[in-house]
Amino acid sequence: MTLLAVERIKLFSTRSPWWCALVALATTVGFTALIVGNANEQFPATVATTQFGYFFGLAVVMVLAALAVTTEYRFGTIRTTFQAIPNRTAALVAKTVVVALLALVIGEIVAFASWGLSVLLQPDFDLALNSTADWINVAGVGPIYALAAVMAVAVGILVRHSAGAISLLLIYTLAVEDLVSLIPNIGDDIYKWMPFNVANKFLTGDGASNAGRAADAGAPLSTSPLSPGWALAYFAGTAVVLLAVAIATAKRRDA
Amino acid sequence: MIEARGLTKRYGKTTAVDDLSFDVAAGRVTGFLGPNGAGKSTTMRMILGLDNPTAGRVTINGKRYHELHHPLRTVGALLDAKWVHPNRSARAHLNWMAKSNQIAERRVDEVLDIVGLTSVAGKRAGGFSLGMSQRLGIAAALLGDPEVLLFDEPVNGLDPEGILWIRKFMHRLADEGRTVFVSSHLLSEMALTATELVVIGRGKLISQSSTADFVARASENTVKVRSPQNDRLRDALEQASAELTAAEDGLIVSGMDSAKIGEIAAENGLVLHELSPQQGSLEQAFMQITGDSVEYHTGIEAEVAQVLEPTAR
Repeated sequence: MTLLAVERIKLFSTRSPWWCALVALATTVGFTALIVGNANEQFPATVATTQFGYFFGLAVVMVLAALAVTTEYRFGTIRTTFQAIPNRTAALVAKTVVVALLALVIGEIVAFASWGLSVLLQPDFDLALNSTADWINVAGVGPIYALAAVMAVAVGILVRHSAGAISLLLIYTLAVEDLVSLIPNIGDDIYKWMPFNVANKFLTGDGASNAGRAADAGAPLSTSPLSPGWALAYFAGTAVVLLAVAIATAKRRDA
Repeated sequence: MIEARGLTKRYGKTTAVDDLSFDVAAGRVTGFLGPNGAGKSTTMRMILGLDNPTAGRVTINGKRYHELHHPLRTVGALLDAKWVHPNRSARAHLNWMAKSNQIAERRVDEVLDIVGLTSVAGKRAGGFSLGMSQRLGIAAALLGDPEVLLFDEPVNGLDPEGILWIRKFMHRLADEGRTVFVSSHLLSEMALTATELVVIGRGKLISQSSTADFVARASENTVKVRSPQNDRLRDALEQASAELTAAEDGLIVSGMDSAKIGEIAAENGLVLHELSPQQGSLEQAFMQITGDSVEYHTGIEAEVAQVLEPTAR
């Protein structure tokens, strides 16, 4: 608990988490307002459409998480941290937990703010959260942000440089996963198992939250063969493995 | 008490620290002296468990750093004053450190007061001058009221007032019975601060002794004499088998102390206008001893030696 308090003090005694949280909220909610505001009979608003912008917030949250570690390396405070807490595993796990919890909270705020705004903008469409699929699509954004933050912290520990870690994360999430599907023959099969594609499976499932409509009314559905539950487990597993590798590396190398 | 035994650190083919063994005694200021790149900082980082030694071990009160419970309460260190997040306030920086080792929050105010930063405690550390950063670093080192303190080049880049402050501070810490291990590449600074010296060059131990011994051994002692009866004095001294060098207005005598020279002059009824012991500058002496162990030779040692001619004390 002490270590969590330490990381909480560290995280909130700088301004960047607040800015990142604000940016995540503004971009996601703003984009949702654009999409949902322009909904009509042909492209109706659904619960899935209200979360169309979740990816923007995800990118910002990953930047926040990566910065939480890389700034420590940049300013040398990681050495002060390891000096105060020689058990590097404990120190880094505590940092990851605090960052992930913040990401979870940001995710829930972003998701419900997007949904709430959509309800206000389009009172005529049925946006009530009637089913498990609806609930997962909105409330599930928080856990996905949290797990993505864990991955970003892991990448931050491995790369150590802010610019490097952030570009790696953004290029991966924005381009690499989609480009994999372009590989002839095996591309689609590999893409089915790419983590963020799988995360999307957890959120949107088989499109129930999109009221069974075609993909053009919401984000494209995931090609993952996993059930939503297993999809979340797979995404979480990826994050944990990545973090374990990062911590093992940090323990071995000189601070 | 710090004990290093066979401490070695290699980076690829470069050996930064080479089979280094030394002791830092409790309750004293021990200087850690070496030219730039001699491996001082690497050794300090290994003491703190930040860098893993390739071989050997270093212990503090018989324990390795990571075996210490709440290490900030045993060892305080200032390795780099800039290791602070620039957007975090001085107080927040100390707060998280205090929290991590379960140090009472009022101790933060105490150490801020000790280093004189109370009035700027809420300001961003990024706006601090080097002197203020250094004070913040010292506050952080003192936070856990530790019995062992490590400082890496604490006076580097400070103005004379800051240097004086640090110097007094070290003495105060040692007077309180703490073990202080402070590195520097300036022997003259160490001569004023440290009572014991660990001298290294190119990662190897050159000597471990008291500062007085090292300085005495290091500096070549000569005596300058001036006399209106210069020739007779020269003869008298040569008879007593002193080594003489002619100076512009007198003689430089080596191998004989000033008392003996005075006695010889008196026996011969010679008038002396000057009889002054000369001490080779500490810098020069230090260069002599560590001469072969400077990491990056510039080929200008001869010029430097000229610039640093012996100065009268």
